[in-house]
Amino acid sequence: MISVVDLNRSFGTAHVLKDLSFDIAPGRMTGFVGGNGAGKTTTMRIILGVLEADSGQVLHDGKPITAGYRAHIGYMPEERGLYPKMSTIDQLVFLGDLHGRDRRETRTRGMELLERLGLAERATSPVEELSLGNQQRAQIAAALIHDPVALILDEPFSGLDPVAVDVTLEVLRDVADAGAPVLFSSHQLDLVERLCDELVIIAAGEVRASGTRAELLATADPVWELEADADTGWVRGMGVRVEEFDGGHVRFGADSEEQAQAVLAEAMTRGVVHRFGPVTHSLHDIFKETLA
Amino acid sequence: MSTTTNTSTHVGTDDHRRVSFAHAVGVVARREIVTRVRSKGFLVPTLIMLGILLLLAVVGPSVASMIAGSDDTIAVTVQTQDALPEDGYEPMVVGSEQEVRDAVLAGDAEAGLIPGPAPLGLTVIGEREAPTSLIQGLSVSPEVELIGTDAADPMALYFIGLGFGLVFFMSAMMFGMTMAQSVVEEKQTRIVEILLSTISTRALLTGKILGNTVLAFAQVVAYAAVALIGLAVNGGRLNLDGLGLPIVWFVGLFLLGFVMIAALYGAAASLVSRQEDIGTSTTPVTMMVMFPYFAIIALSSNPTALHVLSYIPFSAPVSVPMRVFTGDATWWQNSVSVLILAASVVVALWFAAMVYERSILRTGKALTWREVLR
Repeated sequence: MISVVDLNRSFGTAHVLKDLSFDIAPGRMTGFVGGNGAGKTTTMRIILGVLEADSGQVLHDGKPITAGYRAHIGYMPEERGLYPKMSTIDQLVFLGDLHGRDRRETRTRGMELLERLGLAERATSPVEELSLGNQQRAQIAAALIHDPVALILDEPFSGLDPVAVDVTLEVLRDVADAGAPVLFSSHQLDLVERLCDELVIIAAGEVRASGTRAELLATADPVWELEADADTGWVRGMGVRVEEFDGGHVRFGADSEEQAQAVLAEAMTRGVVHRFGPVTHSLHDIFKETLA
Repeated sequence: MSTTTNTSTHVGTDDHRRVSFAHAVGVVARREIVTRVRSKGFLVPTLIMLGILLLLAVVGPSVASMIAGSDDTIAVTVQTQDALPEDGYEPMVVGSEQEVRDAVLAGDAEAGLIPGPAPLGLTVIGEREAPTSLIQGLSVSPEVELIGTDAADPMALYFIGLGFGLVFFMSAMMFGMTMAQSVVEEKQTRIVEILLSTISTRALLTGKILGNTVLAFAQVVAYAAVALIGLAVNGGRLNLDGLGLPIVWFVGLFLLGFVMIAALYGAAASLVSRQEDIGTSTTPVTMMVMFPYFAIIALSSNPTALHVLSYIPFSAPVSVPMRVFTGDATWWQNSVSVLILAASVVVALWFAAMVYERSILRTGKALTWREVLR
C-alpha cells in the first residue's frame, strides 16, 4: 500500500496541492482523475521523489517511502522521455542494468515485453524513428522492464489506438494481479470507468471523491426517470426534486424508493406509463458533479 | 485470499534497495561510452585525426627527406672530385673543364665544380644560378660554439606548446560539449525523471563525467601513442629529443584537468532544457578552456609567464609539460601544480554536484547561475 498523506506543494504563488491524501491499494488499479492543472502530475512526481513536497508524506506500508522502494517502482512520466537515438531494446537493457538486472535476461524479457506490446519488429529502431503511438508503447515497456513492485503511470493511454489500449491494459492488469499497487492518471473517463478498480478524483489540488466505482456511484443522489403519455407537470406537486421536465418525460430525485414508487402509482392512475426506473449514473456525471 | 497474500508477499519481500553507487556509475558511464563510440560523429573524425598524426609523425619526415634528398648531380673533374661534399650530391666525373661546362649547359648536371683561384681553389659552374646549398657547403665558416646547451629551441617550444594546447583545447571542447549535450538530452527528453527515480543524482553525474573522461583520455592517449611511435621511428631525424617525458606529463595532467572540465560542462548544461541553449550556458566554461590555448600561443617564449600559468588549473596541463621540456621546472614546482589542479578537481566536482542536483529536474526556462546558487 502506497499512501500520500497531507501533501502540500506550491509553485510560486500557485498552491497546487492542498492537504492531498489518498491510498493506492496493492493488487488494485487506481484511476487518478482530474481536469487540467488539477495536480495529478505534481502528485505523481512527488510520489516518485523527483519533486519534493512542501509538506506531507508519502508512505509505503505505513512507513516513509525509501529511495530503495522508489527505485523499484515502474514510472511513466507525463512528458515521454527515452534516449532518441538509442534503440528501444538497448534502452530497456540499459534501464534493467540500472536496476541491477542481468543484461542478457533483461534483453530476453525486453523482447517478450515488446512482443506483447506489438513492438517487437521495431525493437532495434532508434526511438526517434518510431511513430508516437509506438514511442508510447516503448515507454510502457520501459516502465515495466525491471519487474516493478508498483506502477505510477501518467496518462499511459493517451495516443494509443483501441487495440493498443487493450493490450496495455492487459499487461498492467497482470502487474496489479501480482499484488502491486497501480496508479494511473487519465482524463479519458470512459477508459478509467472501464479499467480501474478504484478512483481518486481531484480538483484544484484536493481530493473531491475516492473509492471504488460502486462506492462513488452510491454517493450520488438517486434519480428516477418517468415517461408517460400524458403531461407530467403534476410531478412537481409530489414532494420530489424535478431535475428535468419535458411534456411526457420527467427526471426527478427522491429521498426514498417509496417516494419514487408513489410517483409511479400516481402516473398509472393518470394514463399509460411507457417507462419508469432509476437512472444509472456514469462516472462522467459524478465527475461533473464533484467538480461543480 | 491465500493467493493474493502470496503474490503480495512476493512483491513485498523483494529487496527494496537501490543498486550500489558503483554499479549505477558503471552502467551510466558504459552507456555514455558505447553510445559515443558507436556514433559516426566520434569514430570517423578520431580515425582521420589518428591517420593524419600517424602520417605526419612516421611517414612525414621520411617523405620530406626523400623529396629533399634526391641527390643533385654535380659535374666534377678528377681534380675537384674530392672537394665535393659527400652528403646529398652525386658526382659525375668528366674528363675536362670544358666537359663540365657542357654537362651543366646540357642539363645533365645541376652544377659543376672546376679548379679555380685561391683561397678555395674552386669555381662553381652554374647555368643561371648555382645551388645555394652547394656554395654554402663549400664555403669556409667560422667555428661556432653554443654554450647554452640545455636551452630549448624557441621555435620547437612554440610548436610543442601549440601542439599540447591544441590537443587539450580540442579534446576538452569536443568531450565537454558531448557531456553538455548528453546532460541536456536527458533533461530535455525527461528520461532524467526515470533515471533519478532509480539512481541518485550524484551517481548519474559521476557516471557521465567518468564516461566522457574515459573517452577523452583514450583519445588523447591514442594521439600521444602515435606521436611517440613517430618519434621513436624517426629517432635522430627530428630534433625533438626529450619530448617523451613532457608527453607523459601532459597525458597525466590532461586526465585531471578533463575531469574538472567535464564536471563544469555538466553543471553549466544542467541549467538549460534545450539543446539550443547549451552554447549560452557553457560559454564561461568554454572561455576557461580557451584561455590556456591562447595564453600559450602568446606567451610561450616567456618563462615567467609559463611558470605562472603552471599554477593555474586550466593552463597547467599545457604549461607544466612545456616547462618539463625546457627543464625550467623543479620537482616541487610541478608538485605544487599537480596539487593545485587536484584541489581544483575536487572543488569542481563538489560545485558541479551541487548545481546539477539543484537544477536537473527544473525543466522549462533556462535557469541563471544566480537562481541556482542562491
